[in-house]
Amino acid sequence: MAEKIKLNLNRVSMPKQAAAIRRRNFNEVALGYSEQQAIKEAGRCIQCKKPGCIKGCPVEVSIPEFIKAVHEGDMPEAVRIIKSTNSLPGICGRVCPQETQCEGSCALGKKGAPSAIGRLERYVADWERAHPEVSEKQKERVAFNGKKVAIVGSGPAGLTCAADLAKLGYEVTIFEAFHVAGGVLMYGIPEFRLPKDIVQAEVDYVRSLGVEIKLDHVIGKIATVDELLQNGYHAVFLAPGAGAPMFLNIPGENLSGIYSANEFLTRTNLMKAYQFPEYDTPIKAGERVAVVGGGNVAMDASRCALRLGAEEVHLIYRRSEVEMPARAEERENAKEEGVIFRLLTNPDRFVGDEQGKVNAVECYEMELGEPDESGRRRPIRKAGTEFTVPVDTVIVALGTKPNPIVPSTTEGLEVSRWGTVKADEDTGKTSKDRVWCGGDMATGAATVISAMGAGKRAAANMNAYFNG
Amino acid sequence: MYRIIAKERLAENIHLLEVEAPEVARKAQPGQFVVVRVDEEGERIPLTIADWDVGKGSITIILLAVGTTTRKLARLNAGDSILNFVGPLGRPTEIDRFGTVICIAGGVGTASIFPISRLLKARQNEVIAIMGARTRELIFWEDHLRSVSHQLIVTTDDGSYGRKGVVTEPLKEFLGARKVDRVIAIGPAIMMKFCSLTTEPAGVKTIVSLNPIMVDGTGMCGCCRVSVGGETKFACVDGPDFDGHEVDWDLLMKRQRAYLDEEKESLKLWEGKAVRKQGG
Repeated sequence: MAEKIKLNLNRVSMPKQAAAIRRRNFNEVALGYSEQQAIKEAGRCIQCKKPGCIKGCPVEVSIPEFIKAVHEGDMPEAVRIIKSTNSLPGICGRVCPQETQCEGSCALGKKGAPSAIGRLERYVADWERAHPEVSEKQKERVAFNGKKVAIVGSGPAGLTCAADLAKLGYEVTIFEAFHVAGGVLMYGIPEFRLPKDIVQAEVDYVRSLGVEIKLDHVIGKIATVDELLQNGYHAVFLAPGAGAPMFLNIPGENLSGIYSANEFLTRTNLMKAYQFPEYDTPIKAGERVAVVGGGNVAMDASRCALRLGAEEVHLIYRRSEVEMPARAEERENAKEEGVIFRLLTNPDRFVGDEQGKVNAVECYEMELGEPDESGRRRPIRKAGTEFTVPVDTVIVALGTKPNPIVPSTTEGLEVSRWGTVKADEDTGKTSKDRVWCGGDMATGAATVISAMGAGKRAAANMNAYFNG
Repeated sequence: MYRIIAKERLAENIHLLEVEAPEVARKAQPGQFVVVRVDEEGERIPLTIADWDVGKGSITIILLAVGTTTRKLARLNAGDSILNFVGPLGRPTEIDRFGTVICIAGGVGTASIFPISRLLKARQNEVIAIMGARTRELIFWEDHLRSVSHQLIVTTDDGSYGRKGVVTEPLKEFLGARKVDRVIAIGPAIMMKFCSLTTEPAGVKTIVSLNPIMVDGTGMCGCCRVSVGGETKFACVDGPDFDGHEVDWDLLMKRQRAYLDEEKESLKLWEGKAVRKQGG
């Protein structure tokens, strides 16, 4: 880095499995940089004096600093820098929407391709997993500070909050409803985008900091938040996610063969239905699949359906591609793999056979009108455009709303009219004494990294509360 | 891991397991269920809590060994463990001082009816229990149910024990003969449907416990959606108890059969493995 750098506006591309092959397997799509590629890409970073990238990162990773270490080939140092603020880099490097965060604020992006921060972060995390002896050396346990914290949910918000608190000397217990830790990282995001052994390696890292994870514990059922506070926990962080699926509320929606995306993905990813009958949980992927929705979850569900053997996957979305909330990269991947986009289309009702199994979805076309409260152009039904798509499986991916189990069993916890827990945006503090909340339960469905940011802020604010 | 501390074979294909789960036992109430996953490859299935013992820290479940998971459970013995055991889930059965309550149990529904009747009796209701089974060999916990009711009628389809016929016959007679304040019917969907049809003309509130297919059991997936009073509900969090007069029974039964082919395939594979294991 000594000589003056000439701006390189083209990023090093990352190898991927070919679309024709990957559409039929659950192996990871993106294959990651080699060391050589990582060092080369790291060399593109111009090491801004006032880096915009850090401001764009909800967990404020010292991005130029770790990229510098990568460029110098000092991977242990790169690991140390990232992990000082981000406990889940292998996950973030894969699923963060970098284009709107760190990379969206990269100075290089003004003239060409921004620095490939996500790919480099992923490279560093993968390097660390391949070199366990290094991470072992960096481990230092902090002395117990006498305070116990309970965390509800082991998704990105819960894990991040737990890791930060453990590093400060808190004794942390996470209560997870499912039989494995990781939340949406395990049940929601598919293996081909986020391999489950990587999630578990990062969960293990959080455990190695001294965090205890109690599985099979549904808070609100096995114990209430108030009982946790009465039974030795000094504070509680609520991060149970936005669990409850939304449906269209149109006729025929309860026919069999119609899944919420949550169910379809949980069966596939968490219960490993793609390995049925070796695994006991079945799934009906069908030959002709309709996926309703335009977000990242709709892309995940479409791509899972292909991998489960579907001949045709029709993505039904009521607006145009411009308004789609899914990341450009995921839309691209889905199209490459053969997902058929049926835009400006909306389902009217589902039709089934005598066994109660769906066999068609009746749709109509839409056109875009004036912008609505979300700023996107409002879709309006076009008269006389009704048509039928024959299908044997439907996946409804319209988003989720907060699961009421925790709010409805917690005294004095204020909830918004959308069912989310009211929490201060900067601190995560709720209306209830000694209770913080973050992630989808506070914001409604959002991203992994924004949940992690909330976990981080809540940990910092709890720490300030106990030391204030 | 959740250790099995006792196992009992109650009838052909019907088994009782007492499982160590002290935290669940402290919170369990009549009408609630657990979700179990036997092993690493296992499916998550809901099973009703039949009884609990806070002192021993245990939960008792009763299962009919028909599918892969229940067959796996049936092969376990005291000292073995279940990988995952989550609960207590669902809303507890509404229990009050209603007056006269008829509790109807069909098949393994006896497991659910027992703790409900016990609490109803403790709350000074007049409890009439009706238990029905296909045949004498499938009857279990008759004494249990007798001990928590004021009157017990047993029916068998083939007349091999008790009264010949189905549970709706004595139900109809009671409805004609005396004032009944509430009926609670738990068993196969078809039985609950006909109990509800029987009580509807009499206008007696009838509570049923629905048993659709579930995955997570916490309201997250929507697999267990049922239609009640024209509204979609999730049985795992809104139920499992609902007003039987408002349930769309045909929808429930169709959704219960959604994976019949896969269930057969899974069971066949497991049986093959189990035979090989025994042989080796």
